Amino acid sequence: MEKSNVNIDRTDVVINVDAVSKSFGDLHVLRDVDLKLYNGENLVVLGRSGTGKSVLIKLISGLLTPDDGNINVLGEIVNMLDERGLRQLRQRIGFSFQNSALYDSMTVRENLEFPLVRNKRNLTRKEINSEVEEVLDGVGLLQTLNQMPSELSGGQRKRIGIARTLILRPDIMLYDEPTAGLDPITCLDVNTLINEVQERYHTSSIIITHDLSCAKMVGDRMVMLLDGKFERQGTFKEIFDTDDERVKPFYDYNFIV
Amino acid sequence: MGRKIENLLIEFARIHRFMMSFLREAVSPPYEFKEIIRQCYEIGWKSFPLISLTGFIVGFVFTKQSRPSLEEFGATSWLPALISIAIVRALAPLVTALIASGKVGSQIGAELSSMNVTEQIDAMEVSGTNPTKFLISTRIIATTISIPILCFYVAGIGLLGGYLSITSKDDLSFLAFFTQVFESINIKDIYAMVIRAVVFGFTIGFASTYVGYYSSKGTEGVGKAANSAVVSSMFLVFIEELLIVQLLSLIN
Repeated sequence: MEKSNVNIDRTDVVINVDAVSKSFGDLHVLRDVDLKLYNGENLVVLGRSGTGKSVLIKLISGLLTPDDGNINVLGEIVNMLDERGLRQLRQRIGFSFQNSALYDSMTVRENLEFPLVRNKRNLTRKEINSEVEEVLDGVGLLQTLNQMPSELSGGQRKRIGIARTLILRPDIMLYDEPTAGLDPITCLDVNTLINEVQERYHTSSIIITHDLSCAKMVGDRMVMLLDGKFERQGTFKEIFDTDDERVKPFYDYNFIV
Repeated sequence: MGRKIENLLIEFARIHRFMMSFLREAVSPPYEFKEIIRQCYEIGWKSFPLISLTGFIVGFVFTKQSRPSLEEFGATSWLPALISIAIVRALAPLVTALIASGKVGSQIGAELSSMNVTEQIDAMEVSGTNPTKFLISTRIIATTISIPILCFYVAGIGLLGGYLSITSKDDLSFLAFFTQVFESINIKDIYAMVIRAVVFGFTIGFASTYVGYYSSKGTEGVGKAANSAVVSSMFLVFIEELLIVQLLSLIN
């Protein structure tokens, strides 16, 4: 199922990754990488495991610092912000982790309240409850409000992880392997949710994945990370219409094998 | 060798940064009172059964072992004075700290480390909240508050153990025992006990949170963090005990 076209303004850049390099010891993960995310766009970053896809979004959210280059997010250079500035910027960025990263000592309600009450201190209890319930209802899991994360399935945890990031109404969403470890039907649900989030909350998103069905369903544009660089970008067809031996196995494994 | 010195300096810099970050977050509002109370409950209240048993046994056994030496000089009537000085000046803070290092230190180290492994700490950071304020400051403040309270409790229960040990052989009223106890110790001894307990509490909290927060990723890291939190807390408690004893004898 391919994604229907979304009108995107190609002059409004919300993330600009400019000549960024990142190494861990002798391992050069990203080499002089450039990338732009446009307002309202879902950009899929494809690549093999260990090619630095997750590193890229950790750099964008300021969890890691680049060795070289600059990352501009919503007009702020992330790698030059102080702790306070970074914290303010992060309120506008939602980060959905691969394993959901739910706080396992808190209920679903407390998980959702945690960022809300700490970032918007003047909310009343009634407003907090209504925000939590609205967002949770949006991901279709209102009934799990008082459950602990350990009582939830993988798909539910993933959706609640996304709900927790949405509670601050972010402008940008970063999804790290949103469908990893899920069955095909749950994958479909999560992909649908990613598109709903784009529509309902008007977010611009980067989706890290190696699941081509997910990429095809949620991506307005795709880039492929090969040997530390974005060597291919475009639509699904443009990316995979090639004889490049580094790219072909990706398609073959997902759709032929 | 050069590399080792460099690593050591990096570690010191990181400890310094961690300490500064804790101090900044501990004094600046908003305060996480609810979480501090929860941690006091986890650290303090849940340690009561273990601390009670240990404190009682220490008081009982110490009195039992001291009796023969005093008997030789016909000085068993000094037992209450001896055990009160030993318990208040040395045993209560040290026993509390060592038990807390094992129980609380491993708990904090493992908890923070597993939060690190499962990216829960990263999730707090990227949601614009402050993990140092919520996870670190609250735990260090809770150990610094709880351990002195536990220490007073250990002193009380240790003295009770001592009293029961004495009365298993001699006739001594409860009132007479505690009159002798309070005649033997003075307010300076109480101050010294509180200072020790506060220092030990802070140390256990600081060492355990530091080890857990900076643990290596992976399940092996959780085990290592728990182990390292206990070892480093105990090691630091002994070093501090040595320094405090020297300092107090200088002051006295």
